[in-house]
Amino acid sequence: MTPNPYLWLVPILPLAGAAINGFFGRRSSKNAITAIALGFCGLAFFLAVVIAVRFSPASAPYYFNLAHWIRSGSFQVDFSFYLDQLSLVMLLVVTGVGFLIHIYSVGYMWDDDGYYRFMAYLNLFMFFMLTLVLAKNYLVMFIGWEGVGLASYLLIGFWFIKDSAAAAGKKAFIVNRIGDFGFLIALFLMIKHFGTLDFTHVFAAVQTLPTETAGAGLLTAIGLLLMVGAAGKSAQIPLYVWLPDAMEGPTPVSALIHAATMVTAGVYMVARSSAIFDRAPMAMMVVAIVGTLTALFAATIGIAQTDIKKVLAYSTVSQLGYMFMACGVGAFSAGIFHLMTHAFFKGLLFLAAGSVIHGIGGEQDMRKMGGLRVYMPVTFLTMSIATFTIAGFPPLAAFFSKDEILWKAYSSPNGSWVYWLIGVITAFITSFYMFRLWFLTFFGDYRGAIAHDSHDPSRAGAPATHGHGHSHGDPHESPWVMLGPLVILAILSVVGGWIGIGGRFEHFLAPVFQSGAAAELAHETAGEAAGKGTETLLMLISVTAAVLGLLLAWTLYLRRPQLPARIAASLGTLYEAVSHKYYIDELYAVLFVKPLIDGSTTILWHGVDQGVIDAAVNDSADAARHVSDNVRHMQSGNLRSYAGWVAAGGAVVIAYMVWMGVR
Amino acid sequence: MLHLILFLFFGAICVAGAVNLLVQSHPINSALSLIVVMASLAAEYLLLGAEFVAAVQVIVYAGAIMVLFLITIMLLNAGKEERTQGSRVATLIGVPGLTIGAVLVAWTLVGRLSTTRSVSIGALWGAPKDIARLLFRDFLLPFEVTSVLILIAIMGAVVLASRPEAIARRQYSGPRPQETRELVATGKDH
Amino acid sequence: MVPLSYYLVLSGILFVCGVLGFLIKRNIITIFMSIELMLNGVNLSFVAFAAQWHALSGQVFVFFVMVVAAAEAAVGLAIIIAVYRTRETLNVDQVNLLKL
Repeated sequence: MTPNPYLWLVPILPLAGAAINGFFGRRSSKNAITAIALGFCGLAFFLAVVIAVRFSPASAPYYFNLAHWIRSGSFQVDFSFYLDQLSLVMLLVVTGVGFLIHIYSVGYMWDDDGYYRFMAYLNLFMFFMLTLVLAKNYLVMFIGWEGVGLASYLLIGFWFIKDSAAAAGKKAFIVNRIGDFGFLIALFLMIKHFGTLDFTHVFAAVQTLPTETAGAGLLTAIGLLLMVGAAGKSAQIPLYVWLPDAMEGPTPVSALIHAATMVTAGVYMVARSSAIFDRAPMAMMVVAIVGTLTALFAATIGIAQTDIKKVLAYSTVSQLGYMFMACGVGAFSAGIFHLMTHAFFKGLLFLAAGSVIHGIGGEQDMRKMGGLRVYMPVTFLTMSIATFTIAGFPPLAAFFSKDEILWKAYSSPNGSWVYWLIGVITAFITSFYMFRLWFLTFFGDYRGAIAHDSHDPSRAGAPATHGHGHSHGDPHESPWVMLGPLVILAILSVVGGWIGIGGRFEHFLAPVFQSGAAAELAHETAGEAAGKGTETLLMLISVTAAVLGLLLAWTLYLRRPQLPARIAASLGTLYEAVSHKYYIDELYAVLFVKPLIDGSTTILWHGVDQGVIDAAVNDSADAARHVSDNVRHMQSGNLRSYAGWVAAGGAVVIAYMVWMGVR
Repeated sequence: MLHLILFLFFGAICVAGAVNLLVQSHPINSALSLIVVMASLAAEYLLLGAEFVAAVQVIVYAGAIMVLFLITIMLLNAGKEERTQGSRVATLIGVPGLTIGAVLVAWTLVGRLSTTRSVSIGALWGAPKDIARLLFRDFLLPFEVTSVLILIAIMGAVVLASRPEAIARRQYSGPRPQETRELVATGKDH
Repeated sequence: MVPLSYYLVLSGILFVCGVLGFLIKRNIITIFMSIELMLNGVNLSFVAFAAQWHALSGQVFVFFVMVVAAAEAAVGLAIIIAVYRTRETLNVDQVNLLKL
């Protein structure tokens, strides 16, 4: 392992930016805030590029020990950073997409009063996320893990005056904490059995343990608990409920945190722990099952949503399911590949949606959109590229990554055709709802309420310029500070998948997942035995599924727009259940939330806090008061009573001395 | 034998004087009883052979301190004691406490009755020469310190007892005695 | 030959009378005199012990006790006079401004 002294700068630079903006931003000018935020983030991105250019697989992995942290007997944890191929990919994705979204936010949030706060929070998030991906041990990763949860809470509830936003922030943080509990137990197990949390030491210790094929063991337990943590952070069943609510935050937040980076932390963590999962097949199976089911489940909910951001949120949950499916069948590099392309196209989708919302004055309901391709050509173009990408059309990025996942799901020793089939069905549904969104938003007639405002005589005094933050006038295109990142991400969505052609990406990441290299090798030979023919056939099937989705959406939403309502009416309660997200939130509220709140109120608040703690404090104060109230009568100012007390005290002392003498 | 009789005689006078001090209601009678007590104590000291102490007792205690008391009583024209509300603590806690302490001490003394040696009559060994030797050699420091103590006491007594007008008029800003008497009489002093 | 304990009993009786006077009497000067009575009782026991152990320092201590008693009596009576000037009373129950 070679040391790299610049590794620690990459997370620290955004932290500095966050600190400066946080402390001094309130009184600074917006230009200064922008310069600081973009400057530090851009510097981190520049540094990441330099590190990437100088990266040489021969001297990988790199490390850097910043400072001692815990030294407790033989257990030690330090603030150390680590860079191997996996971290490098994550580093570039996080800094690159993060920087683009910073630029976009300048335009989107310019008119907001809390502009400095937003930029500070964004930088803070970058710091925590970079700590997460660059960590050399599980505990520093956990710092980043918790920190991104915190940043997510702060940013979801950014408009905290709105009750729904504050509640959504709380929900995200609390559900995340449930996952973190599992993560922590896994860490404790590691400390107990391996005595260390450092990646290299843990994985070296894991290599010496046998594969647990016969049943559950230590590694299965650790793997399952890590999966609980990942399910919380990456919104898998059953802890996905926070992600749709998280759309209360500003759209750049949804793009950065809930599409491109934070929710992928779970996938990164599972991939990083591949050595553990490789030896715990039962845990891997659970990962795959959870991922697959989540992918299908979330896709079905996405069909019936009317809010543009909610559709994208469920789409994120579904795509994360794909990544977990990949990790669950042992194809970790495929999962990371899809993570990378997903960051591009999902980020682009969210940013473009934000541009649409911004352009029509804050409306998010797709039923009130339509025909916007005329008003916002650049947004339309970029969002179209993203929609075709996510549907899986070749030669765009997601075609390569999603296809890789489906192929590995079918052919890997841990995979099965069931995963593949559900994956293909989900791909069809994904294509359908994404094109539904596409058609509803950009085609047809504009159904919004403000299309006639330009003829309204009462608006004669309205400003003539199309500035930001006004809610009247025609739908309009966003400024170039917002469109620039869209274009860059669109380009990346097109070319981003080409890096995986011929297995180059997989080959690049192979040294990281080397403990699974034996399985990969076995599978590759098996795959070759199964023939390139099968792979091509499966590829064709998935492309067909994508095309079918497009056709269905075109039929239902462009050719015969009255059909969807009729279908929904005929499906009745089934449609109601889907559009209400299968009432999962209500179920959780009844099962968990209400009993918890009631229990807390009765037992902890009235019982413990008021009855025990307050009572103890108040009663001790009362007791002191009563005691002193009684004792003060001793000081009566009367000389003779004083003498009386002295005589009594003297008697006591004499009695004591006599007693001691007698003994 | 004679020793015992003399001891009992003077002891009886002592106790009688002490009890009389308690019983009398006019302080002048109590003061005179106290003088009787001191005189009998001087006799007891002589019985113990402490001639210097006996002499000092008569000269200083009975002759100076008690005279001071008598002067003060007569100066202030103290009359018979009035019956005011006593202190419940003093009677309910102090007196029983006192009795308990006294009983314990007595019980200890009675238990040790046999082990104490006897004191002989008139082996007058407390000569002034011997006491002086002790006082000015071994206890020189306490002696000097007590002289300073007396000096301080004199200064304090002079300051405390002098009339308020004798102190610089500017320093004293409290009520005049006349005003104080009016305040006390009308009960508006706090 | 009088046993030492007889002297101690006499001293104890004087002391007890002094404390009783302190507790019972209402006139401040009488209370002061009770204090002197207590001191005298203690003096007697000092001299008795000095005679028992043939230690002259007992008598020297009595000397010092008398000195202190004299000083205390002087200052105390001065205080009584000062209090009498302001409070017009020698009843100790009426000098209770320090009550809580």
